Amino acid sequence: MFDFSKNYFELFGMPADFLLDASELAARYRELQKVVHPDRFATSGEHSQRISLQSATMVNEAYESLKDPLKRAQYLLGLKGIELDAKQRSLNDPAFLLEQMELREALAEVRHAADPQNELDRLLQQIGQMIKTQVALLAVQFEDSSPAQLAAAAQTVQKMQFLNKLHAEAESIDAELEDSY
Amino acid sequence: MALLQIAEPGQTAAPHQHRLAAGIDLGTTNSLVATVRSGQAETLPDEQGRHLLPSVVRYTPAGIEVGEAARLAAAGDPLNTISSAKRLIGRGIGDVKSLGTELPYEFVNADSAVPRIRTVAGDVTPIEVSAEILKVLGLRAQETLGGDLVGVVITVPAYFDDAQRQATKDAARLSGLHVYRLLNEPTAAAVAYGLDRGADGVHAIYDLGGGTFDVSVLRLNKGVFEVMATGGDSALGGDDFDAVIAAWLLAQAGLSADTDRGTLRHVLDQARAAKEDLATHPRVNVTLSLPQGGDWQGELSRAQLAEMLDPLIRKTINTCRRVLRDAGVRADEIEDVVMVGGSTRTLRVREMVGEFFGREPLVDIDPDRVVAIGAAIQADVLAGNKPDEDMLLLDVNPLSLGIETMGGLTERIIPRNTTIPVARAQEFTTFKDGQTAMAVHVVQGERELVSDCRSLARFELRGIPPMVAGAARIRVTFSVDADGLLHVEAKEQTSGASASVEVKPSYGLTDHEISGMLQASLDHARDDMDLRRLVEERVEAQRVIEALNAALASDGDELLSAAERADVEQALRHLTATANDSQDPREVEAAIKRLEKHCEFYVERRMNSGIRKAMAGHRVDEFARDDGPEAD
Repeated sequence: MFDFSKNYFELFGMPADFLLDASELAARYRELQKVVHPDRFATSGEHSQRISLQSATMVNEAYESLKDPLKRAQYLLGLKGIELDAKQRSLNDPAFLLEQMELREALAEVRHAADPQNELDRLLQQIGQMIKTQVALLAVQFEDSSPAQLAAAAQTVQKMQFLNKLHAEAESIDAELEDSY
Repeated sequence: MALLQIAEPGQTAAPHQHRLAAGIDLGTTNSLVATVRSGQAETLPDEQGRHLLPSVVRYTPAGIEVGEAARLAAAGDPLNTISSAKRLIGRGIGDVKSLGTELPYEFVNADSAVPRIRTVAGDVTPIEVSAEILKVLGLRAQETLGGDLVGVVITVPAYFDDAQRQATKDAARLSGLHVYRLLNEPTAAAVAYGLDRGADGVHAIYDLGGGTFDVSVLRLNKGVFEVMATGGDSALGGDDFDAVIAAWLLAQAGLSADTDRGTLRHVLDQARAAKEDLATHPRVNVTLSLPQGGDWQGELSRAQLAEMLDPLIRKTINTCRRVLRDAGVRADEIEDVVMVGGSTRTLRVREMVGEFFGREPLVDIDPDRVVAIGAAIQADVLAGNKPDEDMLLLDVNPLSLGIETMGGLTERIIPRNTTIPVARAQEFTTFKDGQTAMAVHVVQGERELVSDCRSLARFELRGIPPMVAGAARIRVTFSVDADGLLHVEAKEQTSGASASVEVKPSYGLTDHEISGMLQASLDHARDDMDLRRLVEERVEAQRVIEALNAALASDGDELLSAAERADVEQALRHLTATANDSQDPREVEAAIKRLEKHCEFYVERRMNSGIRKAMAGHRVDEFARDDGPEAD
């Protein structure tokens, strides 16, 4: 049977680390799809086609989970047995939450700024920089991998969820501004 | 139908026997069929040397006309001549009405969710109309190639939704063609451009046809075409250009927009001719025959045309911008921009696209034929004619898929531009104490409100054990296959008692309707149906036998013990004998199922062995930590 019990890192034959070589991951993804993809089984029997479909689906899911730093961190924490609070209630960092509120307000005000595009670009860059900082922090926390550091990584993951959401909102405002030209 | 060939057990039919396969571009205005011969992909002409088949079907008491003859008869017999099946396919009565009054057909109010058009030869659905076009193209390919087609690849706009894809596949089923794959038109064009040959990098395909617009951004890497994002508008194309020019001409000539149908058709024809002439001339003269007698004469320049078309073209540029954003690349990172579709002949389109991407777009391959050629290349690969070919296409779903939750809001389950095949699940719960049923409404689209999205299907999950509100765990699983088709399943988890439902699109034909149409087209008689099924099952049996023989030849010794191999071969002989001797399609079908069940372990071993080999070139310790942090 296509080994669905393998974890995603094992599937790609890569070490279960937060830091990984993105281009190597992409290369292995393409190699795997060349083997399992339904297009390779267009003339095969129904059963082969079903197995191929399931395998290709799993390879896609694995790739999605590993290529994005936030999803990779979540997946790694899961492998290490750390439960993440889906409702994000346990984030205990008042300064971060205050900063989030301020950014959110700034974003809501963007359309009324003297130069909306300029202001939005500034915010996008600021949020992007904050995400990069969290990714770097995750790298350090996973490198150590002590229980205390993993608990800290779970907090970092929650912050990244906030930041990614904010970034997505900023981008959709950006799209609106561009479309109104 | 060619005679069924079944090799003696142990003797594989010629290992690299060429299988006849074709690519079909089922277009709004014109359709084409192409195939790979002697390594060269080419579109196939009819007996008069014409490659383009107008996508027009005319129903007469004497029979059905398809193509040029039907197109020429359209003006004289508008009610029985269907020329926009692609605009109607996979759409409901409501959608069709909102397309406006420009369609001259008489729609029948029937029980079926699929619109039916009344003709002198009976009521027909857009699916049946498309099937007629496919039949003609399939026949053209078989006559040219001198044999039965084993499979075809049919192209669809990347932006087609699930219902439109399902309907296209149903049309193929009605036409008797075996569909290997539905392929997105821009992806097909990328293949045709042979961008895999040393052109690794990120490319954009801009596809503006008669009635649809698509843009895809894809990354090419060692033969793998990875679509990063796609977008478009399934109701924007060259026909809209013509309409804008025609409106201008009407105003200039002092005619009202609700003048008679004949005059409107005439003005529209002149508008199209002027647009086409402006591709080669800086200005053109236009003459309109007026309904009250006499002529109107005027002049149209490229600058004037640009002014009229710019708002429409700008809409496509905005879509390009959004797709780039989804793909996460900037316009200056795009290496080539490929132009596809007849409407990219309009110079103003090329100019604006070139300006946006900052480079001259590629127009080397005939924009009308490029999609069919790409489909033919893919069909050839899927048929297994190029066992050493590295080419692989990884496509995405164009629109987000979700379900309706409380308050008419959309809960997204699979976001747009997710690589397919994909499966995602999400858990939902009950709203009321003791609730034993749940309505699941499947929608497609990007908007928050369900009412702004496209409704794909509704079904009810029943038999939920009564529990307090919020205690039930209903897992809804969405899976999208390699054709971009959606399957939805819902299961209640906590009780162990589970129910599941397969979803059929709201605007599709039911299996019952399809088999009814197949039967009718075969001039009835159950015997005919059985005979047809027997032939189909035998072809399927041959496919399975061939595939298994090829597998045994390549790795049977490596992966199977002598006893296992003998066992597999025994089962193989049994199917061969049944397929040859039995006159009962059900018996052949059962024998195929038995063989597949029997060889399950072998199929799985092959898959795992393939994965091991693919990863064997790499070693885990290649990736030392000091490779540095990833680029993100």
